[in-house]
Amino acid sequence: MGHTFAEKALARAAGLPGAAAGQVVDARPDIVLSHDNTAAIARIFRSIGLERVVIPDRMAITLDHAVPAPNARHAQNHAEVRAFVREQGVRNFFEVGRGICHQVLSEEALVLPGQLILGADSHTTHFGWLGAFGAGVGRTEVAALWATGELWLRVPESMKIVVVGELGTGVTAKDLCLHVIGQLGADGGLYQSVEFAGPAIERLSLESRMVIPNMMAEFGAKNAYLPPDGAVFQYLSERRARKLPVSNSKSQISDHTSAISNLALYPDPDAAYAAVHTFDASTIELTVSCPHAVDATQPLSAVRGTRVHQAFIGTCTNGRLEDIAAAAEIVKGRKVAPGTRLLIVPASSEVYAEAIRCGYAQTLLEAGAVFGTPGCGPCMGNHMGVPAPGEVCLSSANRNFKGRMGQPEAEIYLASPAVVAASAVRGAIADPREIVGA
Amino acid sequence: MRDLPSAISHRPSAIAGRVWKYGDGVNTDVIFPGKYTYTLRDPAEIAAHALEDLDPAFAAQAQPGDIVVAGRNWGNGSSREQAVTCLKYRGIAAVVAKSFARIYYRNGINQGLLLIACPEVVEAAQTGDVIEIDPAGSLIRLDGRGYPFPPLSPTALSIIAAGGLVPHLRRKLGLTSTAVVEIGDC
Ligand code: SF4
Repeated sequence: MGHTFAEKALARAAGLPGAAAGQVVDARPDIVLSHDNTAAIARIFRSIGLERVVIPDRMAITLDHAVPAPNARHAQNHAEVRAFVREQGVRNFFEVGRGICHQVLSEEALVLPGQLILGADSHTTHFGWLGAFGAGVGRTEVAALWATGELWLRVPESMKIVVVGELGTGVTAKDLCLHVIGQLGADGGLYQSVEFAGPAIERLSLESRMVIPNMMAEFGAKNAYLPPDGAVFQYLSERRARKLPVSNSKSQISDHTSAISNLALYPDPDAAYAAVHTFDASTIELTVSCPHAVDATQPLSAVRGTRVHQAFIGTCTNGRLEDIAAAAEIVKGRKVAPGTRLLIVPASSEVYAEAIRCGYAQTLLEAGAVFGTPGCGPCMGNHMGVPAPGEVCLSSANRNFKGRMGQPEAEIYLASPAVVAASAVRGAIADPREIVGA
Repeated sequence: MRDLPSAISHRPSAIAGRVWKYGDGVNTDVIFPGKYTYTLRDPAEIAAHALEDLDPAFAAQAQPGDIVVAGRNWGNGSSREQAVTCLKYRGIAAVVAKSFARIYYRNGINQGLLLIACPEVVEAAQTGDVIEIDPAGSLIRLDGRGYPFPPLSPTALSIIAAGGLVPHLRRKLGLTSTAVVEIGDC
């Protein structure tokens, strides 16, 4: 019997020749992620009775959840994180404004295919886009990882989602994810490793692939996986090469690329799956999640015309260059509707710089959009962009729970960045194809 | 380890408590809002916001020893441990649900909050009922009927027996520090 990706990846991380679903292993992650919650984790760590972390080189810490500090308590929290980083000699530390943890660690090529990343953040599933095993854990577990370098994990059962056909015009990876979650439910992938496959997945741009495992946190998944290909290896090797002191010759990059591709893990054709679901991409419509659950989905046509007060493009799900480019294309030569605000928060400083270089930022500003500091922004109600009671926010984020953005009396809808931009122009939920085509 | 309670005292004995019943898909944002996660440290303050956006009456009226009973996928969403500790600090003895989100379930074990998956008793129990949980016998009693549930894994049991992950680790690492275990923000 062959093995799934999860079985192979956790066997490797535990230093075992093999592992089977249901087995509990002591896994040693390659990277342990934390963010603004680092100071709280440090207090737990000290309560164990330890002074020094044992894995400073395997830690990666970003300040991203409330940046720049919106008040004195957050400022104090950030100061405690910086002091801890200095004291422990953590080199992979990313300051206020560098961006959201999942985006930054991807850009910095800190996680490679086949590796294990555990993070004190539920969207650590994100790293499945490059064929890594990414899972969220709790704060106390991250303290335990700093103390011992390992953590018990149960090898999950796997589900396979095959996506055949081709996504229609204007239909994105976000619509695919909302559709899958809407069809199978927010606990449809509970505890499982969700493996994606199929021609529709292979055709996606790298930035679109990143959306999928990120969204699978909303499906109950422990991790999600996309089979990595040459484009992924190239992305990572170029970024690794940039960090080398010597000039990066083409041959160096190709050496890196082959070393990275050797790490990739693929499920065996005869691996055992708890379930296999097949979706035809060509039948998927523009999809919107309605308040207050990600699986409360509707085809856009059913909610078209819903008044929107705040339109938000950003987050680790959909705050990348292609998302901002899609928004710029829609608003070019148009204005954000009176009574509506369009808020853009790039997922990283790199995304922001590129958006400026390509002219997207200019186009969006001329249309009346507002830009925030790269980071999580209003995603979880910690940093500006909080909606008022009774308002509707249409967001490109991954989660629309009641109160998520800091105001329980507001309604949050989720959609692709193109739908968010089109709706900002109309002042109501709109189909971008009507606007650009008009 | 003189500051640590003995393992025996952490092995849960039978508990009887009054039920607070909720539905399916209750997420971490309504259990403990994200806007408080980086700034609140005091257990009493954390407890005061428990279930704030789900049931405003809960934090004010819950009694120590009460039991939360819920549907599928309790605790889906964020990895925040306060979604567990807010209930623990409020004195909740256990959460019984049809199923739990995976990070929530791990956090429960690591913080020593008893989490039990038992769909049958969830169907039967209503707010205000009194249910009795016998963790050792893997049985819940309601109205004279017994509802069995699967026993916890040995790994989980050893962590719970130690009183949570921090004391478990201290034991494993042979640390005898007398530092007080800070649970304020975890
Ligand atoms: S952008 Fe939102 S979902 Fe992503 S890491 Fe930040 S708070 Fe979490």
